[in-house]
Amino acid sequence: MNAPLRRVAISVLVLFTLLIVNVNYIQVVRSDELRADPGNTRVLAEEYDRERGSIVVGGTEVAMSTATDDRLTYLRQYPQGPVYAPVTGYYSLVYGNSQVEQTENDLLSGTDARLFTRRIADLFTGRNPSGGDVVLTLDPTVQETAMAGLEGVTGAVVALDPSTGAVLGMASTPTYDPNQLSSHDPQAIRDYWAQLGAERPDPRLNRAIGDRYPPGSIFKVVVSAAALASGQYTPDTVIPAPQEFPLPQSTQTLENFGGSACSPSGEQSLIDALTISCNTAFAELGIALGEDRVRSMAEAFGIDGDGFDTPLPVQGSTIGDIQNDAQLATSSIGQQDVALTPLQAAMIASAVADDGRLMKPHLVAQLRAPDLSVIDETDPEELSRPVTPEVAQDLTRMMRSVVDEGSGRRARIPGVQVAGKTGTAQNAGPDHNWFIGFAPADDPEIAVAVFVANGGGTGGDVSAPIARQVMQAYLEGQGG
Amino acid sequence: MSVGPSTDPRAAAPGTTTPPRRRGTELAMLGFAVLITLAAQAVVDLTVTGGLRPELATFGGWFAGLWAVAHLVVRRFAPYADPLLLPSVALLVGLGLSVIHRLDLAAEQADRTSREDAPVQLVWATLGVLLFVAVLVVVRDHRLLSRYAYTLALVGLVLLAVPAVLPSSLSEVNGAKIWIRLAGFSIQPGEFAKICLIVFFAAYLVDKRDVLALASRRVVGLELPRARDLGPVLAAWVLSILVLVFERDLGSSLLLFGIFVVMLYTATERASWLLIGLVLFAGAALIAYQVFGHVRARVDVWLDPFAYRDGAGYQLVQSLFGLGTGGLFGAGLGGGRPDQVPVAKSDFIAAAIGEELGLFGLVAVIIVYLILVERGLRTSLIVRDAFGKLLAAGLAFAIAWQVFVVLGGVTGLLPLTGLTTPFLAYGGSSLVANFVLVALLVRISDAARRPAAPPAPPKPALGDAPTEVVQT
Repeated sequence: MNAPLRRVAISVLVLFTLLIVNVNYIQVVRSDELRADPGNTRVLAEEYDRERGSIVVGGTEVAMSTATDDRLTYLRQYPQGPVYAPVTGYYSLVYGNSQVEQTENDLLSGTDARLFTRRIADLFTGRNPSGGDVVLTLDPTVQETAMAGLEGVTGAVVALDPSTGAVLGMASTPTYDPNQLSSHDPQAIRDYWAQLGAERPDPRLNRAIGDRYPPGSIFKVVVSAAALASGQYTPDTVIPAPQEFPLPQSTQTLENFGGSACSPSGEQSLIDALTISCNTAFAELGIALGEDRVRSMAEAFGIDGDGFDTPLPVQGSTIGDIQNDAQLATSSIGQQDVALTPLQAAMIASAVADDGRLMKPHLVAQLRAPDLSVIDETDPEELSRPVTPEVAQDLTRMMRSVVDEGSGRRARIPGVQVAGKTGTAQNAGPDHNWFIGFAPADDPEIAVAVFVANGGGTGGDVSAPIARQVMQAYLEGQGG
Repeated sequence: MSVGPSTDPRAAAPGTTTPPRRRGTELAMLGFAVLITLAAQAVVDLTVTGGLRPELATFGGWFAGLWAVAHLVVRRFAPYADPLLLPSVALLVGLGLSVIHRLDLAAEQADRTSREDAPVQLVWATLGVLLFVAVLVVVRDHRLLSRYAYTLALVGLVLLAVPAVLPSSLSEVNGAKIWIRLAGFSIQPGEFAKICLIVFFAAYLVDKRDVLALASRRVVGLELPRARDLGPVLAAWVLSILVLVFERDLGSSLLLFGIFVVMLYTATERASWLLIGLVLFAGAALIAYQVFGHVRARVDVWLDPFAYRDGAGYQLVQSLFGLGTGGLFGAGLGGGRPDQVPVAKSDFIAAAIGEELGLFGLVAVIIVYLILVERGLRTSLIVRDAFGKLLAAGLAFAIAWQVFVVLGGVTGLLPLTGLTTPFLAYGGSSLVANFVLVALLVRISDAARRPAAPPAPPKPALGDAPTEVVQT
């Protein structure tokens, strides 16, 4: 019987080899695929076992993890959910993370390499490793005022500290409740997601950075800067401002807002043209300057088609392709293919406010370890110097005139000098309404851009008052 | 593998060639198994709760005591036994207890049942060792068992049949009618029936192997048996089908038939029996797939588990997730989520091991089984009597076949069958029965490795004396 016995022994060896090969296949070859499968809650459960770091604004947690006795240990909560949702984003079992929850995930979840030494320590002390905190640059007053100002409309507000580029406010409406996307109940999450997806416009989009819109007359600040920088113009240089401007190589004519005349004489000073936002004057000015000057000034302000990270990804703003003088004329009044994000619009105001220095906008002030020690801090970074301090002074004077005497009167703050520019941009629907500005004009502390999509009024009527509320609230909060 | 100097002075002495007994090796390996178990238990406690539980010392003492007793009994009653059989079992049982304890803690943490299954399993292991001892003490010579072959066959059949006859309320758990549930206890008589039937098969086949090896004609190099000798294999086949039909137990059915065919082949040395077995199996499998919903469901899940991920395939898919997440090194004992797999303690304990100890841990476990099986088969090779050969082969192959079918199921290589993982899995009947099985292997290996009786001094008029068993 020994011959068959040996064969049985070899067969057993073969069977066990099959087992081992198969286990190798599953645990090595298919490991990544099985690990990443959405049905595999292990990796997720491990993540939910850790206390995720908080997102902090002005010393208050706007996103935090609290322990529950659920299957998943920690629940993500947003005490003022809808107000900060455009920035915090959500932390969802089903749909992943968004915004700061996504871009700063490594630190918040505790897997960031900068937390490594602390994780080793946790290993020995048996403590459950927890994530670090992200401290935002947002100012609670600015954010709340901006969100309140946008209530009932679709739009965005961005406020910057001109001297550092710190984002003081980033509002976008309509908004949503991130708590409902971050619960532990997948069905409730899916239902809420479907509800948001059915809404028009989509509340999940952060309009301050996630989309770009025709800026209309606020772009005249850039064209003015190009004119002043050329050395051929001062604010008082008289330029042609006809009632109608026939577009070159075209049968169409360009008119002023409401078809009115800018001045009885058909010409006016540059400062007056900006104050009343004269379209024909800026159309002719753009052609007189030429595409290169307009384009390079736009690029110096950051309108170069490239996106960047704040760390939230910002869409690139552009002035588009300009084929001929007719398109240059319409581009010079912020129409044609010119498209800016509200953040980019705020950057224009910020650069003028800070003597021509454009600071890189940033949202994160500090990254902190679980023990509150600071592991990283964002240093202000200069992006470019689009204009000289002298030109910046001239632009400030012109923009003050807009608020004091022109289309931006509704942005005036008692006792504070405000500089600004309105914009009313044509598009497929009712006009978009813009306002960019800063205050106090002589020593700027805050620069803002307000965008109301399809507001239907003018930038001066609809957006300037919101900008005023935001700037005033901030200055009062600062003791100004 | 021996401890101490490898040159045994007694072996060197001319004329007195006593083969080494290797009991020291066994003791050292047992100590090693106990050490690994205690380390595993400590790691589980530290990882999950952050401290050692106070009962760990008691557990350690008890667990070490079990193997000390088993070892002493082997030393006394089976001194030549293979030294690797008992330590392999000790390691598997200890690892199983650790993983079961780990899953107890997971259940406590999830705040579901705070039922402590590991202590219960330790009680079963104790009972198993007691039976192991009893078998070694009572069965001094395995050849005696062949006398009770038909009695054991009857016992085996009755044990197999009881759950089928009992009302479902007393015999059915999770769709399989293989239990006897009485007064809070549930036992799976099939586990014991398996051993009784293996003993019977061995005795029966030794008796009939000459007839069964007779060939009628050759077909393509294969010597086919005579048609009238097909009786036994058909009987085993029908028995397996009855188990499948009346108890809905795919695993036991497959196990019994597989063991019988391999023993038949070993006894007769006729490969044609394997072919006939395969044809019968394929026929039955095809019909079962057509007729029985529960068989079809399992095959469908096996072919594409992810298509049934939220339904019938949930358990297997969770098992694969666990294995995949474990990867090469595993999450570490206590570091994974093996409780995500339903019934991880019994049917799917291998998935828990793969998840927390990784590929290396799971392959190590498979290799421990391989050592156990191959030592059993080696025993079969060297034992001198035909009954012992066949019995040892049957018992060893039973372990191999069961491990293959279970682990193959858990890892998606084969359809799921619902057998338990020997020695590792939670479940009293399986554990105790497998202790009996190993006791028999130890008993046979003692006979196999025992030196042949010295040539007796020439006795006159030997021819008329009856053959007798020589006891040493």
